[in-house]
Amino acid sequence: MKVSYRWLRALAPELRATPEELAERLAELGFPVEAREDLAEGLEGLVVGRVLRVREHPNADRLRLCDVDPGNGETVQVVCGAPVIVEGGLYPFAPVGSTLPGGMELRKAKIRGETSHGMLCSEKELGLGPDAGGIMELEGELEPGLSLAEGLGLNDVRLDVEVTPNRPDLLSHRGVTREVAPGGEAGLALPDIPGEDPDAARFVDQVDAVLGSREASGDGITVRIEAPERCGAYLGLVVRGVRVGPSPGWLQTRLRAAGARPINNVVDATNYVLLELGHPLHAFDLDRIRDRTIVVRRADEGETIRTLDGAERALTPEMLAICDAERPVAVAGVMGGEDSEVDEGTSDVLLECALFTPGPIRATRKALGLSTDASYRFERGVDPEGLREAILRAARVIQATAGGEVQGPIVEVRAKPFSRTEVTLRPSRVESVLGVPFSGAELASLLEPLGFQVPGLPSESREKALRVQVPGFRSWDVSREVDLIEEVARTHGYDAFPDTLGAYRPGVVPDDPLFELEDALRARLVAQGLLEAHTLAFAPEGEVELLNPISAEEGYLRRWLLPALLGRVEYNLARGNRDVRLFELGTTFRSGRAGELPRESIHLGLVLHGRRRPRHWSHADEPVEVWDLKGLLEEVVATLATDRWRVISAAEAPDGSGALPASLMDEDVSLAVVDEDGRPVGRAGRIGAGHLDLPPWAGAVWGAEVALPATPAARREVRYVPLSTHPPVDRDLALLVPCTLPVAHVLELMKREGGEHLADLQVFDLYEGEGVPEGKRSVAVRLRFQAPDRTLNDQEVDARVDHLDRQLHHEMGVAIRGRDD
Amino acid sequence: MTQNGSLVDELQRLEAQALTAVEEAASADALEEVRITFLGRKEGRISGILRRVGELEPEERPRVGAEANRIKSRLQEALDQRQAALEQASRSDSGELDLTLPGRRGWQGGRHPVTRVVDELVEIFRGLGFTRARGPEAETEWYNFEALNTPLDHPAADEQDTLYLKGGHLLRSHTSPVQVRVMEKHEPPIRVLAPGMVYRRDSYDATHTPGFAQLEGLAVDEGITFVDLKATLAEFARRYWGPGTRVRFRPSFFPFTEPSAEVDVKRVVRRADGTEEETDWLEIMGAGMVDPAVLEAAGIDPERYTGFAFGMGPGRIGLLKYGIPDLRLYLDNDIRFLQQFSDR
Repeated sequence: MKVSYRWLRALAPELRATPEELAERLAELGFPVEAREDLAEGLEGLVVGRVLRVREHPNADRLRLCDVDPGNGETVQVVCGAPVIVEGGLYPFAPVGSTLPGGMELRKAKIRGETSHGMLCSEKELGLGPDAGGIMELEGELEPGLSLAEGLGLNDVRLDVEVTPNRPDLLSHRGVTREVAPGGEAGLALPDIPGEDPDAARFVDQVDAVLGSREASGDGITVRIEAPERCGAYLGLVVRGVRVGPSPGWLQTRLRAAGARPINNVVDATNYVLLELGHPLHAFDLDRIRDRTIVVRRADEGETIRTLDGAERALTPEMLAICDAERPVAVAGVMGGEDSEVDEGTSDVLLECALFTPGPIRATRKALGLSTDASYRFERGVDPEGLREAILRAARVIQATAGGEVQGPIVEVRAKPFSRTEVTLRPSRVESVLGVPFSGAELASLLEPLGFQVPGLPSESREKALRVQVPGFRSWDVSREVDLIEEVARTHGYDAFPDTLGAYRPGVVPDDPLFELEDALRARLVAQGLLEAHTLAFAPEGEVELLNPISAEEGYLRRWLLPALLGRVEYNLARGNRDVRLFELGTTFRSGRAGELPRESIHLGLVLHGRRRPRHWSHADEPVEVWDLKGLLEEVVATLATDRWRVISAAEAPDGSGALPASLMDEDVSLAVVDEDGRPVGRAGRIGAGHLDLPPWAGAVWGAEVALPATPAARREVRYVPLSTHPPVDRDLALLVPCTLPVAHVLELMKREGGEHLADLQVFDLYEGEGVPEGKRSVAVRLRFQAPDRTLNDQEVDARVDHLDRQLHHEMGVAIRGRDD
Repeated sequence: MTQNGSLVDELQRLEAQALTAVEEAASADALEEVRITFLGRKEGRISGILRRVGELEPEERPRVGAEANRIKSRLQEALDQRQAALEQASRSDSGELDLTLPGRRGWQGGRHPVTRVVDELVEIFRGLGFTRARGPEAETEWYNFEALNTPLDHPAADEQDTLYLKGGHLLRSHTSPVQVRVMEKHEPPIRVLAPGMVYRRDSYDATHTPGFAQLEGLAVDEGITFVDLKATLAEFARRYWGPGTRVRFRPSFFPFTEPSAEVDVKRVVRRADGTEEETDWLEIMGAGMVDPAVLEAAGIDPERYTGFAFGMGPGRIGLLKYGIPDLRLYLDNDIRFLQQFSDR
């Protein structure tokens, strides 16, 4: 809401705060001022000048010489090119040494031999309007030498106040003033209307109303409400014999100061009341209202209207229309129709002031894509009490600026009269919410300036409940005790409440185990030198589609993390970051059952590219390879499922890993993670070149994605195992393993058959080639045997190795090299 | 048999002695002496033992021989290692090894800056009795709006432009739905935090991205008041932003809290010259007393229980804390950016 500082002060004569102070006060009350605009900016040094005499320029046909009184007692000569300059007229004058808003500094100049001591300015030169043709004429009785800003009413500051959606009453100057004026409500007064005839004003204020619950007629018009659930009240008032034309300067200035555009005196009068009191009003040309009858009803299917913005709009029965006897003349609460618009030819005006149900106005505004000052207020709620005041004030402004005559009565249709809600306020409840005690009298003194009424004598008691009457303009946001408690806290001042920490009971909700699992994974991967990435959940494809996506590229919710992470690899490589080690923990989405929410699953994704180790002078660079990926994956799995999940070759994995981005991986180097039941829960491998857009120097990109368990496994309990004080016995064996046999199977067998004293088993070399038979590889393993309670002797270790030899041979056809069978 | 045993035993004793001697050798000369003592072909002590193999039964000889060979090779390995170590030591003594060269380090890993902020915030609130709770990112209109006292036809529902899914559900526009989900499941006393992603239909610019992190807090119990809200959040602010931090509460509006507040802080920062200055007021979160309608919707008696709630944007806090100029940097995931927040 843009408010004019001067307008606020006109509404509250006692208000003395500067614009800065007002902005600060509004922020303290919960309505921060987003911008403060000094309307006089750029006009410094410019004054009101009176042209005393106009002469021909001796050397130029189109130029003239003006004697200007700039108010400092000296008359100066100014050369001017404008066609119309009136002797005795008042004009904006830029003296020598001043600067125009455009930045031009004025110097004494000779123009065709005549000296010019400054310049008379057009609207455009002052940055005030588009008119560059003539010198701007100033209205009113102004003294030469007055600052131009003051002369134009521009010694004003426009405040852009952020109004929260619960406070429609602040969408008016009066509402804002009520919050900040000393004494609040009691300190408010409506400003005089310049040029108004006091007798006419008095007459208008005494205009009566003719009331009906569905229909009423008077002063030649009829109003009927056929959709009372959509329209709580409709008031019509006729002003006859107006002369439509531009508004006087004061009205234009006031509207502009509040950010509105002047149109003509009748429309401007309605906008003036909108901005002053918050009531959207509409003015119809009465002659274009057929049968002089207003019918408030839902539009018929197929009805259309051309609105004031020139657009042809199709209406539906969901929309409320203001109609005459035959057709819609306005979209209720949103915009009027072009056909019944007030223009230069209008003589009689029908004013509308109404109360529409907010929800449907919002729906209509959305359906039409047409948000207006009126719809903005109606969908938040206008003051149901202030309709007559608003329509009469508009009539007075019209009379004062466009002439015409108000006969009355107001034709008012209202299903039921408005009555103020009464809300009970218990001081005990105030204390239990706010933590500070207030007496009844204190509460009343905090609420009354805001317009709430607390009948009965204010009590010092802290027990007796107050009965608080809510004024119409607050009826939209105050209907419960807690709404009043908020007002108490706000007016008391949030800063006035103490902030000393008291005792509290700890919560009963356990820390979510999935967060703990995420913490553990992050710690582990960070320790492994990976950086955590964040990408958003949007994807160009997926199972869950967005209804109103930001772009087609973000039209779905992702199923996997890897595609976006690969995008981050491309991004980094394109910027010369060659070593990319990223991981992400994020939510993925699959479609849910009909009507239910999508199924969400937290995934871990990771990508690797570049060197295994940071470059160092002591060793040559080596690229990341599959063993780095598999090692990370094994660490991840160990963190995730405490040894119950396994990392296996993808070739061994069962199908059904549809939730995992298997298609991104090269088939020959691909790993799978399976859970305790053998179900695939993760994939990893080398990313196929076709899925990446990389610079030519790029190496292999490795990726992995694992679904976290929905309910994390219980953490493994750590138990101490006594350390043996007896020396271990190591045996190195070279196994001849057929290439078709997974080494993992061999190792499993050895662990199984190694006996209770097999303490450790390590693969320390792998060799194929000369000396090893075709189709086999030599796998060197070191076995360590150790007993907790004694030194093992060679015989028993040998016996165990012999046993392993036999089992390997028997079960798998694996021989130990260098041993005779 | 006994003989065999004793020879193997003797060899193993020699092994132990020899390894000790290797470790203790302080110079290349001393090391050479150890080598000759134990491995010397003529006078060496192992050779000495091997000469006695002839005394054994033929079938026992290979075992002793094998053991002797194992020990020999083990000893040779130890000698080589020690020699290398001695050489390196002498090189560095004589200045040949330039220790100003960089050491060998691993990769620098790190949490994302937003995670880092979330973790720091969680840590502080953990100290104030809060635990973490979570809820789905795809939500129903009920949890995102209606249960939070936000009728769908009220303009307040427009404040955040919501992303809808085909089929009627939506992406949560704030983490507040978790409040309701937690209250439905648990009886007070409740003190929870709900960190998580939220989504709004905003275009990408320096201060907006259509998805961002939020951290919700909720405390519900008997006797919780506005003073507790102020105290808890002021305490948090001082712990997070530093003891000299000033905290300001301004009235605001959220449909699901009443009274509602915006919380601002003014930090003390140290300038380059060591002097201190106060920042402007920085808006860090929204907060308020839980609206009775929200308690009621979640099945909690609002006459008996009261509560407070707050919500903040860890991404935005990161901007303020680290001086990051643009939210989109969080999503670019440039390695050079991420490394600045690494955990070393």
